[in-house]
Amino acid sequence: MRRDAPGATVQSVFQVRIHGRGGQGVVTSAELLAVAAFRDGRDAQAFPLFGSERTGAPVMAFCRIDDRPIRTREPIVDPDAIVVQDPTLLHALDLTTAHLVLINSSRAHPNAITIPATEIARRHLGRPLPGAPLLGALAAATGVVSLGALEAAIRERFPEPVASGNVDAAREAYEAAAAHA
Amino acid sequence: MPSQIEGSRAVAETVALCRPEVIGAYPISPQTHIVERLSTLVKMGALQRCEYINVESEFAAMSVCIGASATGARTYTATASQGLLYMSEAVFNASGLGLPIVMTVANRAIGAPINIWNDHSDAMSQRDSGWIQLFVESNQEALDVHVQAFRLAEALSLPVMVCMDGFVLTHAVERVELPTQEQVDAFLPPFVSRQVLDPAHPITIGAMVGPEAFMEVRYLMHAKQRAALQAIPRIAGEFAAAFGRDSGGLVRGYRAEDAETVVVALGSVLGTLEDVIDELRDAGHSVGALAIRTFRPWPREAVRDALAHAQRVIVLEKAFAVGAGGIVGQNTRLALEGLGIEVRDVIAGLGGRPIMAASLRRLLTEPELPSLSFLDLDEALVARELARDSGPHAENMLRDLAGRT
Repeated sequence: MRRDAPGATVQSVFQVRIHGRGGQGVVTSAELLAVAAFRDGRDAQAFPLFGSERTGAPVMAFCRIDDRPIRTREPIVDPDAIVVQDPTLLHALDLTTAHLVLINSSRAHPNAITIPATEIARRHLGRPLPGAPLLGALAAATGVVSLGALEAAIRERFPEPVASGNVDAAREAYEAAAAHA
Repeated sequence: MPSQIEGSRAVAETVALCRPEVIGAYPISPQTHIVERLSTLVKMGALQRCEYINVESEFAAMSVCIGASATGARTYTATASQGLLYMSEAVFNASGLGLPIVMTVANRAIGAPINIWNDHSDAMSQRDSGWIQLFVESNQEALDVHVQAFRLAEALSLPVMVCMDGFVLTHAVERVELPTQEQVDAFLPPFVSRQVLDPAHPITIGAMVGPEAFMEVRYLMHAKQRAALQAIPRIAGEFAAAFGRDSGGLVRGYRAEDAETVVVALGSVLGTLEDVIDELRDAGHSVGALAIRTFRPWPREAVRDALAHAQRVIVLEKAFAVGAGGIVGQNTRLALEGLGIEVRDVIAGLGGRPIMAASLRRLLTEPELPSLSFLDLDEALVARELARDSGPHAENMLRDLAGRT
């Protein structure tokens, strides 16, 4: 449902679109966000843009979070937040629709929050998987999920030591983004 | 227990709670994570007294299910798209033999052109196969209906197909309430087959039947399907009493009782549709929806009762009979025979085209609709190709699209 529907009361839905490349954990990120929201006691739905999951190919995944049961199944065309896992995709994305844009980059971008998520992930995880730190930054910038729930979702998903590496990366990015805000 | 998990995974966990004894499946695309997870559960020992048989094709998958079910084993498989077509001959045999196999169909399109995405063409191609076909609109309903499907299949000695939208539901991670083993055991007693192949007591199943009785055997299938129209709501009622959730049954209305325009639909699109209906109701439009939860047997009386007061019925479906029109639409016209209600077929979401709320909003507020239309059809693309007289259509049209930018 549209937030600005005429006569509508305050809408609780928060919609996130995640862009990246196959192999970067785009679909996993959307799922982790949904599990974190669920752990926070909210209704959540995560799903990929189907058929695009090939290594290196542009991939998109969606996460919808609401206080009420979610019924709609349409892809998210008007997101509240856009997360860009791979900045080489920026030329192909329309970022103007979102209230918040979060980019994995060590360089500043106008009208966006940037986080060097690949570097953070390399340090804590030893692998260039930017998903968890970007979710940490998203949690700090929007409050849409709590850091505790995000950490629990990561631990539920991965075995050790991958879980702790991702948790540490998410926490570092959370603190960096919180300091920014 | 509430869980936030993928639809396929949730179905697999629930099927495991139903204690299947044989699962025959072919693990190649088009397949689902459902059988992948079930094979893991068998290997881990979490699903005991179950033989998971990795076969060499979908034809073999259904053939294994037929053999297993005939020996009195509770039998399950899952497939989709071309896989369902490839097993089609055996699908007809399963129902002809009266074997209570349960199969999940993760609904997907049928080629050509090659397409892996969601629509209902696969299940609809088997609508006359003699299987019961139940459609679900959410992952929660998928879980609940699988539990009911085993009860129903075994009570009637008929195979049941649970149809859930491929990708839209199977790949969606959302909240579901997984039943407990105790709950499922209390609802679903052990399978007692009405016919058992047993070397110690040999019988014949599947003999040749000539013109003297073939028609009677086929008629009996029809009679059993009609009997299912009583059994399906009864089992759904018992399920609701035991689990506290309304799932399954024949049809379900949404703000339909007093609606002038009622949209008939199947599967996951109902969620988006309900959001749009709430919005349009707030704006003063008299609209509602009717979910077809059981498509085979066709619940003619239930559909007629639910739509009798409507002025206009829009049948929104993700498949169609090429050269004729809507499939569910034709069945709906049959149900409304003599009532003088306008029925409009709208084909939508073919090959994974998302059905957007904005398109549904336009559709529901359109005062005049033709007898048959296609939601969001790119008419310019079609017109341009119709004007051509050479080359493969699909590739021509893709080139035209790429040239638009």
